[in-house]
Amino acid sequence: MTVAGTNNASTVVRRRRRAVVIDKKKALVMGLYLIFLMLPIYWLLNMSLKSNAEIVGDLTLLPQDFTLENYTTILTDPSWYMGYVNSIIYVTINMMISLAVALPAAYAFSRYNFMGDKHLFFWLLTNRMAPPAVFALPFFQLYSSVGLFDTHLAVALAHTLFNVPLAVWILEGFMRGVPKEIDETAYLDGYSFSRFFTRIFMPLIAPGIGVTAFFCFMFSWVELLLSRTLTGSDARPIAAIMTRTSGAAGVDWGVLAAAGMLTIVPGALVIYFVRNYIAKGFALGRV
Amino acid sequence: MNKTVNQKAWFLILPVLILVGFSAVIPLMTVVNYSIQDTFGNNVFFPAGLDWFRDTLQSDRMWSSLRRQLTFSAIILAIEIPLGIFIALNMPKGGFWASFCLVMMSLPLLIPWNVVGTIWQIFGRVDIGLLGHTLARMGIDYNYTQDALDAWFTLVLMDVWHWTSLVALLAYAGLRSIPDAYYQAAKIDQASRWKVFRYIELPKMQGVLMIAILLRFMDSFMIYTEPFVVTGGGPGSATNFLSIDLVNVALGQMDLGPAAAYSIMYYLVILLISYVFYTVMINLDKRDGMK
Repeated sequence: MTVAGTNNASTVVRRRRRAVVIDKKKALVMGLYLIFLMLPIYWLLNMSLKSNAEIVGDLTLLPQDFTLENYTTILTDPSWYMGYVNSIIYVTINMMISLAVALPAAYAFSRYNFMGDKHLFFWLLTNRMAPPAVFALPFFQLYSSVGLFDTHLAVALAHTLFNVPLAVWILEGFMRGVPKEIDETAYLDGYSFSRFFTRIFMPLIAPGIGVTAFFCFMFSWVELLLSRTLTGSDARPIAAIMTRTSGAAGVDWGVLAAAGMLTIVPGALVIYFVRNYIAKGFALGRV
Repeated sequence: MNKTVNQKAWFLILPVLILVGFSAVIPLMTVVNYSIQDTFGNNVFFPAGLDWFRDTLQSDRMWSSLRRQLTFSAIILAIEIPLGIFIALNMPKGGFWASFCLVMMSLPLLIPWNVVGTIWQIFGRVDIGLLGHTLARMGIDYNYTQDALDAWFTLVLMDVWHWTSLVALLAYAGLRSIPDAYYQAAKIDQASRWKVFRYIELPKMQGVLMIAILLRFMDSFMIYTEPFVVTGGGPGSATNFLSIDLVNVALGQMDLGPAAAYSIMYYLVILLISYVFYTVMINLDKRDGMK
């Protein structure tokens, strides 16, 4: 009897699962949405594989005269590809700084009450709300005066302005989900704070750290105004270099499209690597 | 969770305070400083009182930028929030397709903003862009560099393309956190699809939706790069949003005083609206906690 019962239950589960897979209406909605998302990217890819003559000539859905020349232009010219290297350097520095300072702070916010905690939290959030346009000029002056202008560190520090508050916010949400008993048990077992934090607590919120790193990467990678203002020639990000494709001879559409496509690659790689973390992190119900 | 009072927690926050203090408070003080001073150059400053604020408040240019900005943010929120929820409801619940959708949907979020601008600048062009060309073929007179309405249409479409996924991902996260038991109970009660949404899914998504609304409001209110690349504020000044206008004043004309006063008021508006959102959010949290 019981065996039959479980069998029944498992068929129900299987049936439900199948119902999820072949829900045509949902698949249609998602399909249309993804096509909408991919269409402009497809067009950029299409253009990046054409010669300029073909781009301004007839409109073709697939490159007739397939060429990788636009990509070779970028990948063989240091003034182009160094832009990617610069961007990746400051994004990485920013990610590390943001996580390093946000982890303890988020822990404090999630575990303790202290004087002014709520106001402090809101004040931190306000920095996420600060328009980069407001900070562009003062940042330029500040970093020039301390001799950091045109370094990767300057951009990384400037980006902490909005990434640190966000990191604290996201991490706090994840940490709140970890029962406090775990901390207390660990302390009773004689763990010191730092050992507990790195050995027990951080593995517990690993998905949260993954999601936070993802968001830090994302907002630092996509930002242009500050990174352009704070760099001269040595640390110039790719996003700023792209603006030079419009020269005296008109716009070099092919190279511009190829450069755009290449900026998508690191993001796509990051998403691919953290996709499981993201799904898991999202499943925890906060960001 | 009941938290313990511990003033030593301040030490854990100290690194953040120092860092954010360096990168936020000092620049902000510089701005405040400029906003109440005037200069004839050569770094000689004299106090100007509140003149710059008065000037800015009386400038038509600022008010029309603000109006445009508010309209833009309102349109963005009105489209992206419902659409994002709708997409989240239609996302696969697990397995390969869920990961696939997650990855594909995150893609626009990770494209640098000026590249987003470039993509749409190209995409919308009548001569070389798919969208512009198709519309022209269909006999629609579309040109975002000439016509204000088309420019707005392009910018809104671009923003929807760019950011709806964020709302959808957040809403999806909220949906995933609803225990199956809720749905089973609803099934037993024979609740309709709408009622399941209205009384189970929507209340459970409230928290993440507030985050989504807050993030989308702040970011759309600060939008700079994308419209700058696509329309450059034009045609005329039809898409001259606050940030674009501010950067023109600050870095273009180097009018430090007015730019600083402008900045402060801009920042205050964002703070004010966000504070309202935040308070609502906290109160919702509290109400949930009491249940």
